Amino acid sequence: MRHIISILMENEAGALSRVAGLFSARGYNIESLTVAPIEDPTLSRMTLVTYGTDEIIEQITKQLNKLVDVVKLMDMTEGPHIGREMMLVKVRAEGERREELKRVTDIFRGRIIDVTARSYTIELTGAGDKLDAFLQALEQAVIIEVVRSGVSGIARGERALKV
Amino acid sequence: MKRKGTQAFVETLKQEGVDILFGYPGGYAVDLFDALYGQKDIEVILPRHEQGLIHEADGYARSTGKVGVCLVTSGPGATNLVTGIATANYDSIPLVCFTGQVSKNLIGNDAFQEADNIGITRPCVKHNFLVKDVSKLAETIKKAFYVATTGRPGPVVVDIPKDVTAQKADYHYPDTVSMRSYNPVHIGHAGQIKRAVKLMLGARRPMIYTGGGVILSNAAEPLTDLARLLNFPVTNTLMGLGGYPATDRQFVGMLGMHGTYEANMGMHHCDVLIAIGARFDDRVTGNIEKFCPHAKIIHVDIDPSSISKNVKVDVPIVGSVDNVLRAMVEAIKGGNKRPDAESIGAWWEQIEEWRAKDCLKFDRESELVKPQYVLETLYRVTGGDAYVTSDVGQHQMWAAQFYKFDKPRRWINSGGLGTMGFGMPAAMGVQLGHPGETVVCVTGEGSIQMCIQELSTCKQYALPLKIVNLNNRYLGMVRQWQEFFYQGRYAMSYMESLPDFVKLAESYGHVGMQIDRPGDVEAALVEAMKLKDRLVFMDFITDQTENVYPMIPAGGGQNEMILI
Repeated sequence: MRHIISILMENEAGALSRVAGLFSARGYNIESLTVAPIEDPTLSRMTLVTYGTDEIIEQITKQLNKLVDVVKLMDMTEGPHIGREMMLVKVRAEGERREELKRVTDIFRGRIIDVTARSYTIELTGAGDKLDAFLQALEQAVIIEVVRSGVSGIARGERALKV
Repeated sequence: MKRKGTQAFVETLKQEGVDILFGYPGGYAVDLFDALYGQKDIEVILPRHEQGLIHEADGYARSTGKVGVCLVTSGPGATNLVTGIATANYDSIPLVCFTGQVSKNLIGNDAFQEADNIGITRPCVKHNFLVKDVSKLAETIKKAFYVATTGRPGPVVVDIPKDVTAQKADYHYPDTVSMRSYNPVHIGHAGQIKRAVKLMLGARRPMIYTGGGVILSNAAEPLTDLARLLNFPVTNTLMGLGGYPATDRQFVGMLGMHGTYEANMGMHHCDVLIAIGARFDDRVTGNIEKFCPHAKIIHVDIDPSSISKNVKVDVPIVGSVDNVLRAMVEAIKGGNKRPDAESIGAWWEQIEEWRAKDCLKFDRESELVKPQYVLETLYRVTGGDAYVTSDVGQHQMWAAQFYKFDKPRRWINSGGLGTMGFGMPAAMGVQLGHPGETVVCVTGEGSIQMCIQELSTCKQYALPLKIVNLNNRYLGMVRQWQEFFYQGRYAMSYMESLPDFVKLAESYGHVGMQIDRPGDVEAALVEAMKLKDRLVFMDFITDQTENVYPMIPAGGGQNEMILI
């Protein structure tokens, strides 16, 4: 099963490599990994998406907790949560297609953030399957480039990952 | 008062109580060595190679329970430590390794003798630190010792750029450390301990299976109390030998691939397995699908990630082995329930039946020197009271089978990583930690040559090791596998062009002996032990075809042993 795990780590040099190295050394899967500082500059927050059996996920969380720099972590998937991803898509937009692309972007509540005579760059935020659906709605031929941010996750309600 | 980084470095070590340091200087560590020069509190041992250096620190740590401290230079100095760091990490040995580093402004510039020490060691340390600011030096060193020794112990690397120690800062060595990201659990969960005790008291065919955690946690005493209180059989892993007295009736020997028949059969048939400070290694479990099919499993370990990693357990208890065992003993003593004596009696009858197979028997009539006989005689001659280190291979298994360790921290070997070249340097560390004690290194002609240069260090520091070289002219364990599983195709397992070990030992200033007849074994060992102040290198020319029995073949269950 797919899990979103959020980690608060000491914001030290090499923090990312400790996590990435753990996954490669132990042969765990990583689908996406995002990392950035947060409001507390001594911490950095990582969100990683992984998949595996319950036993493997249990080992992953234990091994992550064992890293000396990991302050706290939460498996978002254990409760109600929101996972969001941002995507930037550059598409060929010429002639009649320009109007159609604008319409599809509106339907998905995306925004066109850069325009040239022959292209649009579209920004879209949402759950992974929404982004997938958007890409499917576009004709393959029009896509020039796709960039996805990887997932950021947060728990619903009062539950929070905080030091 | 402001203090230079180099002085602060030495001061922190003193405050940490370090009395011995294993060091090899070089361009980016020379300032630190300079600061150590002339002071009397810390003895600095200079080995001949950094691999030897770290195994020496490791042997010191394993036998004394203190931290092994290393200091090497950047680049090759640090990379030569890596095998030893991985060795210590696997067996959870507390080391603090200081590595020199090029100045901060040169990091990443491919400077002379630069290596990414943090990156290279990251996967095989408990933790590592790069000190970027002299004001953080003392605090970082405090953290390094704290992390190395608490929780599940392990090696910590502290990488120190040359310019950092040249600068000055206010010196303050903190008394305590608190790290919000690191808080090991020591006390076991009371409810879980209660559940475990209930399960134990209801057991009809129990087995206590203990590992290196008992040694590291200094828990031999409460383990012995628990086992005797319950009259349960005890088996030790390779790393756990000495955790329970080997000469005790309740000890059924080592378990696993080359463990005893009675230990492995006991594991297979038990109904309650009490695993303590052990990690269900593949060399212990055999085929995991066939492991302990009838047992409810209790597992005590300080490292949560060890629990249910290989084998799903029924009662997990996270905590220090020492604490948890004491709590268990107390709980049992406090209640009036005891295990059903009749069932336990019947279980012991069954175990004695297995024990009667005498699975460690060997040919005593042979005209060739049998390695088992050498070790059995070594045990007798030393009164079972020596510190014994080993390298890796057949000799390691025979030492584990035939030397009966009654006390913890007497048996020192590289169990997890299986590092050849470990034995002699480790013995040196043991001897430095225990002057005046008998320290024996059991090795083979393959392993000993991986760190043989340390014979020179032994001379310099007058370390009177007794080296038992079981010389069968083969990489014996490889040869055994090739005989069993590769149709006798002995690919690259034969050691040709061996040195004359007697002359080699003599050239380093030691005593050399060669023994090639069974009748001379005892006399040689007796004579060697009499030479209290000398290193004696005993080259035993042994039977080339001898194999380690019994054996669980790959894919086999613990009840599927090959007996001789």
